[in-house]
Amino acid sequence: MSEVVWTTIRLAGLTTVLLLALATPLAWWLARNKSWWKEIIAAITALPIVLPPTVLGFYLLIAMAPQSPLMAPFHALGIRTLNFTFTGLVIGSVIYSLPFAVQPIRNAFEAMGPRPMEVAATLRAGPLDAFLTVAVPMARKGYLAAAVLVFAHTVGEFGVVLMIGGAIPGKTQVVSTRIYQLVESMQFGQAHQLAAGLLAFAFAVLLALFLIERRTARTGL
Amino acid sequence: MITLTRRQQLFGLAAGASALAVGVRPAFAADTQVAVAANFTEPAREIAGLFRTATGHTATLTFGSSGQIYTQLSRGAPYEVFLSADPDRPSRAEQDGLGVPRSRFTYAIGRIVLFSKTPGLVDANGQVLTTGNFQHIAIADPAAAPYGAAAVQTMRKMGVYNKLKSKIVMGTSITQTYQFVDTGSAELGFVALSQVINLTGGSRWVVPATNHAPIHQQAILLHTSQANPAAKAFLDFLKTPAAIAVIRRYGYEAP
Repeated sequence: MSEVVWTTIRLAGLTTVLLLALATPLAWWLARNKSWWKEIIAAITALPIVLPPTVLGFYLLIAMAPQSPLMAPFHALGIRTLNFTFTGLVIGSVIYSLPFAVQPIRNAFEAMGPRPMEVAATLRAGPLDAFLTVAVPMARKGYLAAAVLVFAHTVGEFGVVLMIGGAIPGKTQVVSTRIYQLVESMQFGQAHQLAAGLLAFAFAVLLALFLIERRTARTGL
Repeated sequence: MITLTRRQQLFGLAAGASALAVGVRPAFAADTQVAVAANFTEPAREIAGLFRTATGHTATLTFGSSGQIYTQLSRGAPYEVFLSADPDRPSRAEQDGLGVPRSRFTYAIGRIVLFSKTPGLVDANGQVLTTGNFQHIAIADPAAAPYGAAAVQTMRKMGVYNKLKSKIVMGTSITQTYQFVDTGSAELGFVALSQVINLTGGSRWVVPATNHAPIHQQAILLHTSQANPAAKAFLDFLKTPAAIAVIRRYGYEAP
């Protein structure tokens, strides 16, 4: 049982780190760009909120299958398919949780307005320097919310993992799919233990999130 | 606000009443809710068609893994007939008081096949399991699906299970297991013979029935069907030569 919890934490942790890095330039661009068509990109980014995870999982299963054109470059490296691999799950999770990283960070950048960056520029800070020392620290509340949401959302992910995982212990078996498996095989006692653990975790995460929001509302963090 | 004349009101009433009359079936033709194990999807559809022609009753089919159906049943799902992929869940339904005592019987005996989309990968004797020249082999979760359990028994009997263990990927049902093989993500896998019997191409080894415990697929009548003659009629129809012909055609053995 500890193995499946560890796999879940590794998956959620790695997804969170990768997504915060990936979402930063995207969120910045979405917050700064003035054109209307940037909303097309924003809508594409937000798709995983609306799509059923099985739809996403089904497309991923096909996209990462050996005969998929997307997999062709990987064949040279001796990788036949990314389905049934931990790497495949990370890719799936990154796509699945992308909106939960982009949205809070974008909002934080937008709330900041153009002023701080202009001030930084007058103080002769280069664009990248100003971004890293002014914009990112000012958006820390957005980053915190994004990290908590992405981690929790990945732990709660089910459909995508079910479709592409193959339930390999220690590699692609996570808590949510394990619960499903236990219920299927009528091992309700063990299923209860894991499910109760997940419930407690979800509650703790949401409570933490609301407490952070309350604190930042009062003190501005 | 639209005011209707007396005549229009009467007309509307008559139309409503006739719509209701169409919706309500006469007592001799009823509909029954049947929960079917995923591996039996195709034959069940065909049998339901024949059943309708022969009796006038209709059967509404729901598909899922036997474990999933049983869990739903034990929580009050309104199915009236349960076609399981194993004998365990129907007998458990009987013990739990969900099923009608002594209504349980084996309607089909399942066969498994080692199947690959790649021609020539699977040889006629399943020796590919010994050479192990592949990355992933798909099976259904043996704890939940009898077809998965039969796959594990087969590999054990051939003495290759421990060697192949790290290459096994599990589908939650035999349907998902087939998806893994069909997309080529797993080079090969143990699926139900019924799933590939109408398929040409690829390569296959129909596992001899002696390699695993027989997969007795059992059906049971549920207490929810008490007032519905169509439920019992459907179970009886499963034993008719017409239904047995369909069952055989999909690669099952008839009891």
